[in-house]
Amino acid sequence: MNSVAFILIAILTLAAALAAASLPKLIHAALSFAVTFVGVAAFFFLLGAEFIGLVQVFVYIGAVAVLIVFTILLTRRDAGKDRGFNWGGVVIAIAVFGGLLWAILHTPAVSIAAPNIEALTVKRIGEALMTSYVWPLQCVGVLLTAALIGALILVMEEKR
Amino acid sequence: MPILSIFLIVSAALFCTGLLAALSRRHAIFILIGIEMMLAAANLNFIAFWRFGPQTQQPIGVMVAIFSIAIAAAEAAVGLALVIAFYRHYRTTNVDQLNQLKG
Repeated sequence: MNSVAFILIAILTLAAALAAASLPKLIHAALSFAVTFVGVAAFFFLLGAEFIGLVQVFVYIGAVAVLIVFTILLTRRDAGKDRGFNWGGVVIAIAVFGGLLWAILHTPAVSIAAPNIEALTVKRIGEALMTSYVWPLQCVGVLLTAALIGALILVMEEKR
Repeated sequence: MPILSIFLIVSAALFCTGLLAALSRRHAIFILIGIEMMLAAANLNFIAFWRFGPQTQQPIGVMVAIFSIAIAAAEAAVGLALVIAFYRHYRTTNVDQLNQLKG
């Protein structure tokens, strides 16, 4: 039952990712991008990391996809033109995939089944964040503040 | 439950699709979408290795994935702000035409 779910999610995710990489219209690509991240969140649920799956849905589909759609609409006057396609990128991507596939299939240590683990509760994540990971958490807070201020300064109208 | 290598293969395929989008498209927003896809593939690997690896007291893979998602969100915000800023200057989002830094 889990294998069927896995195959369905994998097909959905990879098809949406290919559509996001190859559709000519930007707005269609942005919506396929959102579907890709629904698939990745479903993988997280399948792997037992429900909290990360929810964070993925909130952050990527709720914030990043909406930001991308807004940027596309703000720069729309430029969106219609055809830009051509760089086939060198396809060759490099296929070569990298071949290399990764070869490495994965030739490593016997990764063909293992999942052990039974106790469920990861939000309480455990919160305790870890507030004890061992409190310094990284503070640094990420500072980073997000700096990114927010930097993004505002970049898009501010210049006074002439 | 499928074995670990299947998850790694799916994650490698997602990574290479992101690489394809980042390398072969000319539009700046496509490049950002490709980078976000590569980051998501890395997160998938972190979670898969955490789920299949030996269990420790702290859920290390999950922690790394949380911080990685936060950094990806910051990167997306700054990247899209840059796209809007150079669109105002040059009236284009084609990265091939952005070959000078003169204001």
